[in-house]
Amino acid sequence: MTQVALPPGAIVADKAPPPFSILDYEGNLRPDIDPSLVPDIPDADCLRLYREFIKLRLIDDRYLKLQRQGRLGFYMQSTGEEATQLGVAYALKQSDWIYPSYREPGIAFFRGYSIHDFTNQLFGNAEDPVKGRQMPVHHSFRAGNFVSISSPVGTQIPQAVGTARAAQILKHDTVVSVFFGEGTTSPGDFHVGLNFAGVWKAPVIFVCRNNGWAISTPLALQTASPSIAHKALGYGFPGLLVDGNDILAMISATRTAAARARAGEGPTLIEALTYRRAAHSSSDDPSVYRKGKDDEVREWERRDPVARFSRYLERKGILTPAIDAKYREELTEEISAALKHVETVGTPPLISLIEDVYAQPTAQLREQLAELLTMPRQKLGHG
Amino acid sequence: MPVYNIIQAVNDALRIEMRKNGNIVVLGEDVGNFGGVFRATSGLQEEFGKERVMDTPLAEAGIIGSAIGMALYGLRPVAEIQFSDFIFPAFDQIVNELAKFRYRSGGEYPAPMVIRTPYGGGIRGGHYHSQSPEAYFAHTPGLKIVIPSSPYDAKGLLLSAMREEDPILFMEPKRIYRAARGEVPEGEYTIPIGQAKVVRPGKGVTVLCYGAMLHTVLEAVEKQGAGDFDPEVIDLRTLVPLDTETILESVRKTGRVVIVYEAPKTCGFGAELSAIIAEKALLHLEAPIARVAGLDTPFPYTLEMEYLPSPERVAKAIAETARF
Repeated sequence: MTQVALPPGAIVADKAPPPFSILDYEGNLRPDIDPSLVPDIPDADCLRLYREFIKLRLIDDRYLKLQRQGRLGFYMQSTGEEATQLGVAYALKQSDWIYPSYREPGIAFFRGYSIHDFTNQLFGNAEDPVKGRQMPVHHSFRAGNFVSISSPVGTQIPQAVGTARAAQILKHDTVVSVFFGEGTTSPGDFHVGLNFAGVWKAPVIFVCRNNGWAISTPLALQTASPSIAHKALGYGFPGLLVDGNDILAMISATRTAAARARAGEGPTLIEALTYRRAAHSSSDDPSVYRKGKDDEVREWERRDPVARFSRYLERKGILTPAIDAKYREELTEEISAALKHVETVGTPPLISLIEDVYAQPTAQLREQLAELLTMPRQKLGHG
Repeated sequence: MPVYNIIQAVNDALRIEMRKNGNIVVLGEDVGNFGGVFRATSGLQEEFGKERVMDTPLAEAGIIGSAIGMALYGLRPVAEIQFSDFIFPAFDQIVNELAKFRYRSGGEYPAPMVIRTPYGGGIRGGHYHSQSPEAYFAHTPGLKIVIPSSPYDAKGLLLSAMREEDPILFMEPKRIYRAARGEVPEGEYTIPIGQAKVVRPGKGVTVLCYGAMLHTVLEAVEKQGAGDFDPEVIDLRTLVPLDTETILESVRKTGRVVIVYEAPKTCGFGAELSAIIAEKALLHLEAPIARVAGLDTPFPYTLEMEYLPSPERVAKAIAETARF
């Protein structure tokens, strides 16, 4: 390869530094860590977070099985990416807004979304908060300032910036955090959103869950940038490269970003390094494109965010086998109750077909529904 | 009563509502310091400051995307897309996001806001400053589409639009931005969204049009002899939700219909009007429904007046439909 000398004025990106990490893979504080960066978390909060970790794990395992049994149409796991979600959830206030993508159910749960509502949404039934209008995992939880999820990737990024700008204009203390995967750093909305945020110094935290894979496409085919965090530099604000499987590092980094936002210092991009251990969705089969990558998957299992946090808590004497067993039992019961309940709930009423398109249904919509009501119901599929 | 053109009427409506409602913010390219390339937002930044009248970076998806986020949070954004030809980078934000937010969130997250955008030909703008893309958006449930044709309507409809609970695409006919002048009452008044206006009552032929084409139709009636056929000229004013009642009432009376629009003929909004009339009033018809529209070509530069429906083409269609 020839090396063409660059003229004065050339700007070249540095190599990415190692990610900010507090806990090693055994759940010990890293010896070289600056103690002021280790978040001080009360014991009760540690246990609350641990319970949320277990909740996500149990739900992912159970609901994927349901999908495989044909009882649930579709499912998306976030297995292995729990610390990224929960770290941000813990570091922010309930009044801060979250623009999720489809792999952050942990934030909704942390903010009070019930397993019942979560389950009803997956089944699109009459008690589904979004009235059976979206595929599974596209939640909306207004009471938790958790914005309705879209399937097209990246559209939430400029929206989050707009919400942050609105809070800034209204002189509210609100910080907005927006989530996306590394694949979503490719479409235009990512760049448009970060650019607007930089210009406005908007109080927004961009959280890229870099889990290595966009369905079958690996990171190397997504960007030539040395890291995703580097991309922030082009928009005039800092990027933080963080160990996304270390909840303490995620809390610490998010607190820093939120402090910057609240102090009027503008946006921060957090690149949370993690790994999509499961398939993209229940419709995906990674064995086709991750053939021969067993070592990669095993390595990330070694970095498991739940195991790292639980070992840390056990060593501190906060978590005991008895507490762990109690949580698992309670949560399993809660999940079973929700699944039993959905069997008793019917489909949304037909009137819901035309509601919420507009604040009030138009004459045309009322006419179309009236015609529909005279006809027998059509079954899904053919024949 | 002051005499305004459409730009002044739009400016007046924005100023009135911004004074009344502190949550109204204006954003777009060049809307602040410069007051907009057509001057529709002139003087607003001076009065309301840079936080309520924002010059944005040059990216339509960012203007609409961020406006959605502002609307979800409780502001009432009025976003300007400088020319409707440039709305397409924001198409995904408008069609997949703005239009669906209330529905997809089960009513939890409505996003009431207004997108103002100049549209239409006849200004020597070539194909990137002349298009009429209303049909793309009329095909998207969740949006309302308003197109005024006069200063009076522009002010009253825009004031209504800024108070609606639904997202509004407010398309301004730039060909008549300054040419259409008329008396506009001072202070506030509103014109309901979803009501067509019978501009000229008649019994002979129903002529349906909107925006700049109203003026082409009126010229056909007043100067090209089409008035002899006693046309009833209806300005739709709102495409979605459509005032079907006013249209059908007229068609049942005249039995003859001419539809005039400047967008390409195929799948233009006139196709929907034709279908509705065929579905609901077929037995009242005494002649085929006629459409006078733009050609199915990109919008031309030099020959734009040949592309656009002319008063002569409209008069011919009215005469043929009347005599059929």
